Amino acid sequence: MRPREDFPGSSGAARTMGRVFLIGVAVLYLAVFLLLPLITVFAQALAHGVVDYWQALGDGDALAAMRMTLTVAAISVPLNTVFGVAAAWAISKFEFRGKGFLLTLIDLPFAVSPVIAGLIFVLVFGARGWFGEWLSDHDFKVIFAMPGMVLATTFITFPFIARELIPLMQAQGRDDEEAALSMGAGGWRIFRVVTLPNVRWGMLYGILLCNARAMGEFGAVSVVSGHIRGETNTLPLHVEILYNEYNFVGAFATASLLAMLALLTLALKTLLEGSHPELRSARTRKASAVPPRLAPR
Amino acid sequence: MKIGDAARLLRRPRRQQILPGFGLTMGYTVTYLSLIVLIPLAAVVLSAYGLPLARWVSVLAAPRVLASFRLSVGASLIAALVNAVFGLLIAWVLTRYDFPGRRLLDALVDLPFALPTAVAGIALTTLYAPGGWLGRLLLPLGIKVAFTPLGVVVALSFISLPFVVRTLQPVIADLDQDLERAADTLGAGPLLVFRRVIFPALLPALITGSALAFSRALGEYGSVIFIAGNIPQVSEIVPLVIMTKLEQFQYREAAVVAVAMLLLSFAMMFMVNAAQLALQRRHLGKR
Repeated sequence: MRPREDFPGSSGAARTMGRVFLIGVAVLYLAVFLLLPLITVFAQALAHGVVDYWQALGDGDALAAMRMTLTVAAISVPLNTVFGVAAAWAISKFEFRGKGFLLTLIDLPFAVSPVIAGLIFVLVFGARGWFGEWLSDHDFKVIFAMPGMVLATTFITFPFIARELIPLMQAQGRDDEEAALSMGAGGWRIFRVVTLPNVRWGMLYGILLCNARAMGEFGAVSVVSGHIRGETNTLPLHVEILYNEYNFVGAFATASLLAMLALLTLALKTLLEGSHPELRSARTRKASAVPPRLAPR
Repeated sequence: MKIGDAARLLRRPRRQQILPGFGLTMGYTVTYLSLIVLIPLAAVVLSAYGLPLARWVSVLAAPRVLASFRLSVGASLIAALVNAVFGLLIAWVLTRYDFPGRRLLDALVDLPFALPTAVAGIALTTLYAPGGWLGRLLLPLGIKVAFTPLGVVVALSFISLPFVVRTLQPVIADLDQDLERAADTLGAGPLLVFRRVIFPALLPALITGSALAFSRALGEYGSVIFIAGNIPQVSEIVPLVIMTKLEQFQYREAAVVAVAMLLLSFAMMFMVNAAQLALQRRHLGKR
């Protein structure tokens, strides 16, 4: 940690007062606006005691929603991981025209509202969509079924892992890989033995953030799910249904599971950042003023 | 245009490249990008494109749609401003000062990223409802948050806080403290040092962070719909209007509103990227 000595020539007492005031405001703001909602989730979930809480979680529809959430994440996170690795390899190890444009396209889903992310798949695969007729002829449901939810979730979480891996692999350059190549290693072997060990923590970090978003996504899957209980509900959608039925204990009990997932994600993320300071959330890192890789070669 | 053509357009390199796998990884990247992102996005544009201009105008100029755009843009702007002020303060405190619990609070800042929006939505609604912990305190003051436009602002401020804080933190950490010390020795008070030395250095990052917060807030759905009350023309946001049109099977109208919104978001994104680029150029120029 950097030294935090007081400046010379200033009145120490006034400075300390100012510091205490600023810290106080920041702590109060975070406590009221971030911590209080989090506490509310658990307080409401346990409002009628532990027995009701457990009962709400053991409910058949809740269990089905858990299964659906896990299934959707288990498909879309690996898809985006493979994409992230491929995109990072192409972008970081080669020079080509239009690289900046490609990076912008990869970022596009960040700028799209979740509701629109759901809408686009309804327009393509819905009953009146491009492939709607063909799909119903072949008795294959995408919208109001699991495939649509996987697609919408994959769209929403599309950039997460690529945006972690690309800057990391760019910073590492290609010297190691070229050395391995000169010693006769093939492409796959170079990736497995040289590249992967270098980026595995960044990859894990990306997967962590991607998974949290995939399991928590609401707007996009809400559009494509059709809200069929026990069939196409994920945990966030189940929360909405219970809440709208005024089943607050059930809604907050389910919400508490998602809140625990969020806390676990934050804890692991903080741990990873502690041991690997080069990792930072992709959505904000590109905004930091001086990216090291900008230094001219 | 076929995908293969697109891959060829992204042309091969001037410098000799000896590593294998360009064709495979680039081909996969472009194909996957097209299938998941580009083609579906094109669907919404094409779907709206099929409507005559007069219908476009009548859809977008409908009072309910216009009001939703006013609310979405207005509330997102206010949320971005709130976060510009408090985000700056929080980033400063977390980066410059050491106090017990600092690391915990620092980790907590990312909560809105990690907490599913529906969970945030019902928690905020319960908290600010007339009988809730905060609603009960605000009610005697005549302030109603839940089920009003103010509730929309609260939810949007919640979800977009991390953007400002996380954008500013590395920049604050990189600030040259010698400048502050020099200004201090020359007799400038803390406020003057902040105004003349610190703030100008942070301004670009502050603008970037606030713009990111704004664009995130603009598209937000889950955390807002619970607390907003969703009264047409009063507390109904644009994503909800799209959702309503979808539920009434007005697909093309939904697509028109969606395209208008996408144009707004993309314009924001390009502005942020352009500002970013200008900033980086300026920085490189200084070196």
